[in-house]
Amino acid sequence: MIYADNAATTRMSRSAIEAMLPYMDKLYGNPSSLYSFGQEAKEALEDARARVAKCLGCDPREITFTSGGSEADNQAIFSAARLGERKGKKHIISTAFEHHAVLHTLDKLKKQGFEITLLDVHKNGIVTAQQVADAIREDTCLVTIMFANNEIGTIQPIAEIGKVCREKQVLFHTDAVQAAGHLKINTVEQNIDMLSLSAHKFHGPKGIGVLYAKRGIMLDNVINGGAQEKGKRAGTENLSAIMGMTVALEEAVAGIDENAKKLTALRDRLIEGLDKIPYGELNGDRNNRLPSNVNYCFEGIEGESMLLLLDDKGICASSGSACTSGSLDPSHVLLAIGRPHEVAHGSLRLSLGEDMTEDDIDYLIKSVTEVVTYLRNMSPFWRDLVNGKRTHVFAE
Amino acid sequence: MALYSEKVMDHFRNPRNVGVIEDADGVGEAGNPVCGDIMKIYLKIENDIINDVKFETFGCGSAIASSSMATELIKGKPISEAAELTNKAVTEALDGLPAVKLHCSVLAEEAIKAALKDYFDKNGIEYDHEKFAPHEDCAHCCETPESAAGKNCK
Repeated sequence: MIYADNAATTRMSRSAIEAMLPYMDKLYGNPSSLYSFGQEAKEALEDARARVAKCLGCDPREITFTSGGSEADNQAIFSAARLGERKGKKHIISTAFEHHAVLHTLDKLKKQGFEITLLDVHKNGIVTAQQVADAIREDTCLVTIMFANNEIGTIQPIAEIGKVCREKQVLFHTDAVQAAGHLKINTVEQNIDMLSLSAHKFHGPKGIGVLYAKRGIMLDNVINGGAQEKGKRAGTENLSAIMGMTVALEEAVAGIDENAKKLTALRDRLIEGLDKIPYGELNGDRNNRLPSNVNYCFEGIEGESMLLLLDDKGICASSGSACTSGSLDPSHVLLAIGRPHEVAHGSLRLSLGEDMTEDDIDYLIKSVTEVVTYLRNMSPFWRDLVNGKRTHVFAE
Repeated sequence: MALYSEKVMDHFRNPRNVGVIEDADGVGEAGNPVCGDIMKIYLKIENDIINDVKFETFGCGSAIASSSMATELIKGKPISEAAELTNKAVTEALDGLPAVKLHCSVLAEEAIKAALKDYFDKNGIEYDHEKFAPHEDCAHCCETPESAAGKNCK
């Protein structure tokens, strides 16, 4: 099997698994318990917090453990909205291609009277700091822009956006779920006020994540209850997952340059190969993208049938077609970069892993080329394009 | 638990009757590229019997399987019988489709009806126009004004 869906989730690192086991077995105490067995767990929890903070260049007190990226996004946005509301500021800036954890949260706020500006991300899938500066108003309470896009991998100018927000004294949140462990993050140098991450995207366990919030930002609870996480996130801490995440993050950060170099070479080899398929086009900027991300649209075919045929060849991949999105429309990300519906249906995302080889990449190129050709040969849409009854969107 | 039944996967992996009939007696199409699926049916008809049928499909796995199954169900049958083919019959023959994919079987029924209508029109054969009326929209993607907005739904 070739697993080319590392943007969906990753295989856990062996040492992360090892780090988790003691906290399910011998050290199962509750960090909130008073006796020393519980306090041992508490120490482990605070040690993990400090180590995670170090990876992000922030203070341990600025780390809140959550159930994952979605919860962290929800809490960051709702908190900033509540803070803004108190000052009569009810305008939020984001982009059209955020993750649904952000967009649906913003939809909810819109219903509560907030005004949302979604910035254009252009054909290359990158927003500029100037756009943010131009969009900020007197009543803007939050700018939330993802670090790197989950579908097309494009990297946003986070430090510059952060600088603009800092100057204009507007809170800046970034969904760094795809970036953490893969791109360098430093909350101080990059002027980030709030950041969300999720462990299973960097070889950690599922169901655990982090919300970083700069000191002084009052968080609003999403989960109400006990006094865990300084009262800002109730529920007994998932200590084993926290330990696994911590080790996985440290490993990922330590190997960031080496992995990026290796993955970039594999990515560019794959792009070079897939570029040879006529009437297909890479989605998003060619260079300013995650080292692991390759995403194409191919004319005349539909994504789900591509995935099923690739599955038969032992390849795990994903697509932004309507049939795979569970909605009637194809991916909002592809529509946001200006792909027409009929082209967006034919999208394919291959997200690479560090353990892949050049042989794997060559097999991917061969398989995708075969599948695209096969499906085009039975597609009346493709026939119309070839016969000139419909117009091509891409060059040959 | 797989996404599709074994029957669906069989017809997806080994689609029956794929291709084009150059001198077809009736050709019909359903769906549109904006919605992500198009089915095209070619019929060869002699003495009111469907002697040959071919299909081309742009769409997901269940769209390809539905077209394949639909062509199998009408091949060699009298046109009166083919005209009665329902999406339900296609779905049942495939051992079911996920609810969100039922529209694929509807498209198969529509494409076959469109091909028969084309045959009737070309040969001046009378038929119940209401039964063969082209659908104003592709039911699955133009359900709401919002989803239809900005799309070139027929």
